[in-house]
Amino acid sequence: MTASHTLSTEDLTLGYGDRVVIEGLDLTLAAGRITVIVGANACGKSTLLRSMSRLLAPRAGRVVLDGREVHRTPAKELARTLGLLPQSPVTPEGITVLDLVGRGRHPHQRAFSRWTAKDDAAVAAALEATHTTDLMDRAVDELSGGQRQRVWIAMALAQQTDLLLLDEPTTFLDISHQIEVLDLLTDLNRSRGTTIVMVLHDLNLAARYADRLIALASGGLHAAGSTAEVMTEDTVRTVYGMESRVIEDPVSGRPLVLPIGRHHTTAAATAGSTPSAAAGHHEARP
Amino acid sequence: MSAPAVDAPSTLRTVTRTRVRGALRRRLIVLALLVLVAAAFVTSLMAGHTFYPAHDVLRVVMGEDVPGASFTVGRLRLPRAVLALSAGFSFGLAGVTFQTMLRNPLASPDIIGISAGASTAAAIAIVIFSLGGTEVSVVAIAAALGVALLVYTLAFRDGVAGTRLILIGIGVSALLDSVTSYVLSQAGEWDLQEAMRWLTGSLNGTTWDETVPTVLAVLVLGPVLLSRARSLSALSLGDDTASALGVRVERTRVVVIVAAVGLIAFATAAAGPIAFVAFLSGPIAARLVGTGGSLLVPAALVGALLVLVADFTGQYAFDTRYPVGVVTGVLGAPYLVYLIVRTNRAGGSL
Repeated sequence: MTASHTLSTEDLTLGYGDRVVIEGLDLTLAAGRITVIVGANACGKSTLLRSMSRLLAPRAGRVVLDGREVHRTPAKELARTLGLLPQSPVTPEGITVLDLVGRGRHPHQRAFSRWTAKDDAAVAAALEATHTTDLMDRAVDELSGGQRQRVWIAMALAQQTDLLLLDEPTTFLDISHQIEVLDLLTDLNRSRGTTIVMVLHDLNLAARYADRLIALASGGLHAAGSTAEVMTEDTVRTVYGMESRVIEDPVSGRPLVLPIGRHHTTAAATAGSTPSAAAGHHEARP
Repeated sequence: MSAPAVDAPSTLRTVTRTRVRGALRRRLIVLALLVLVAAAFVTSLMAGHTFYPAHDVLRVVMGEDVPGASFTVGRLRLPRAVLALSAGFSFGLAGVTFQTMLRNPLASPDIIGISAGASTAAAIAIVIFSLGGTEVSVVAIAAALGVALLVYTLAFRDGVAGTRLILIGIGVSALLDSVTSYVLSQAGEWDLQEAMRWLTGSLNGTTWDETVPTVLAVLVLGPVLLSRARSLSALSLGDDTASALGVRVERTRVVVIVAAVGLIAFATAAAGPIAFVAFLSGPIAARLVGTGGSLLVPAALVGALLVLVADFTGQYAFDTRYPVGVVTGVLGAPYLVYLIVRTNRAGGSL
C-alpha cells in the first residue's frame, strides 16, 4: 500500500534540564502497525514521542528513520514522512475547518509557491477520511470536542505522512468520541497502511486498539511487544505500582485490565495476588 | 505517498470551490485596501490649506518646477506622506507579526515596550547627544533589539508564555516612557513638537532625511517577513504543531523578531512611536479578511491607511493641529481596554 518506513531509537537518552527521563532506549517501531505507548504520569511517554518527531534533541543516542538520523534530517523533508499531532494544539480564533486542514500542507509548500490541485486533493481526502466534509465552512472553535479532534487529525492527514504520531488523541473526549477517534485511526491504518504511534492513558483502550504495546516505567522501557505479551498483571504492577487482574475482554478478545484497589473488591478477585491487596474489603459490587 | 484517494469527486470540487472563493474574497479586500491607501496618499498630497490639482502634484513628483507647489507639495507634503505610508506599513507589518508569533493581540511591539525602547533611545540620541540621521536609526535599532531581548529573557521560563511576556513588556514600556519624559524635561531647547514626537509619534516637520531610511527598511525587511508568512501561519497553531509541520521554530522566531524589530526601530526613529498603529492593524485586518490566510499584507495596508488618514485628520479636521499619534491614540486606547476586559474573561488569541 505505502512504502514502509522503519523508525527506531538507538541507545536514546532523553531529559529536561538536570532530569533524565529515559535512558539508553533501544526500540524499533513496527511499520504499518498501530503502536501504543503506555506508562504512568511523567515517565516520558510524551517526551519519547516528541523526540521521535524531532521536537526534542536527545541527550545521547539517536532516533533513526530509514537509516537517517531524525535530528539531522531537514525539517520539511521529515515532515513529509512523519507527522505529529501534539497533545494541545492551538486553535486560532475564528479559523475555519478548511483553512485549518489546509495548514497541514505546509511541508509540501514553499515560501511563495501557489496552492496546487494536489493540495486541494490532499485536503479533500483528509476531510473525507475523518468525516468532516460537512464541517468545512464551520469555525473550528465552535465545534464539539469530538468534531474538533477529528478536524485536527484531518490537518495531520493533509500532511500525507506514512507515519503519524499522536499524543493522547482522546484526552478530554467522552467515551463515545474516544472510540470514534480510535476507530478512525484504525481505519487509516488498515486502508492506507499508515504507521500509527500514539500515547494513550486508558489501558483498556490501549489493549484493544494496539497491535504493539510499549510500556514505559520510570527511567525507561519495561516491556515492548504484542499486546498479549505486554499487557499482563506484572506489567501493571511494575509500571503503575498497582495490583490488577487481566482477563479476556469478552467484546474484543483482547486483554482487559481490572484494577484492584482497596475498596469494592471481592475475595475471589484478590485470591492469588499479594497479601496486602488481599486485605481489601469484602464487598461485592456488580 | 501515492495520490490520495478521494472517494467522492464532489468533495474535491467543494474544497476547490470554497478555497477559490475565499482567496478571491481576500484578494478583493486587499485590492480595496490598496485603492484606499493610494487615495489617502494622493489626497494628502493635493489637499491642505492650499489645494493643488492632480496634474500639478504629478509634475512636482516628476521633478518639474511648479511655483508654490514645488515647495508645499515637494518639500512639505511629499516626504510627510511617504513617511506616513512607510511608517504605517512598518508598524502594521511588525505588529501583526508579533501578534501572530506570540498568539496574542496584546503582544504587539507598541504594547510590550519595543517601540518605547526605540523611542527613548532616539530621544536621548537627539536631545542629549545631538545626533541625527543614520546615527539615530542605529541607536534606535540597537535599543529596540535590546528591549526585545530583555523582555524575552525576563519572560523566559521553560519557553515563553504569552501573558508573562506581555505583563513584563507593559512594565518595561512604562519604565521607558518615564525615561523619555525625563529626558525631554531635561532638554535645554525643550519644545512641544519634539516632545510629542517621542511620546506619541508625530510627522510634523518631516524631511527626506527621516523618510529615506524608513522606506529602505520597508524595502529590505518587508520581503524578509513576507517570506516567512506561511511559517508564521503554522506557528499560530502552537510551537509543537509548527515543528511537526516542518517549521524550524527557533530559527524562524529569530529571523522574524530581528526583521520586525528593525521595521519598528526605523519607523520610530523617524516618526516616533505612533500610538497603537502596530496594535490595531492586525485585529482590523483579521476582521476584514478573516484568520484563514496570512494577515501580513492586509495588516501592513491597514497600518499605512491608519497613519495617512490619522495624520490628515490631525492636521486639518480641528482648529488646532494634532500630531498623528494623538489621533491614533484616541482610536487605540478604547480597543486596548476592550481587549484587556475580554482577555480577562477568556484567554483570547488573534
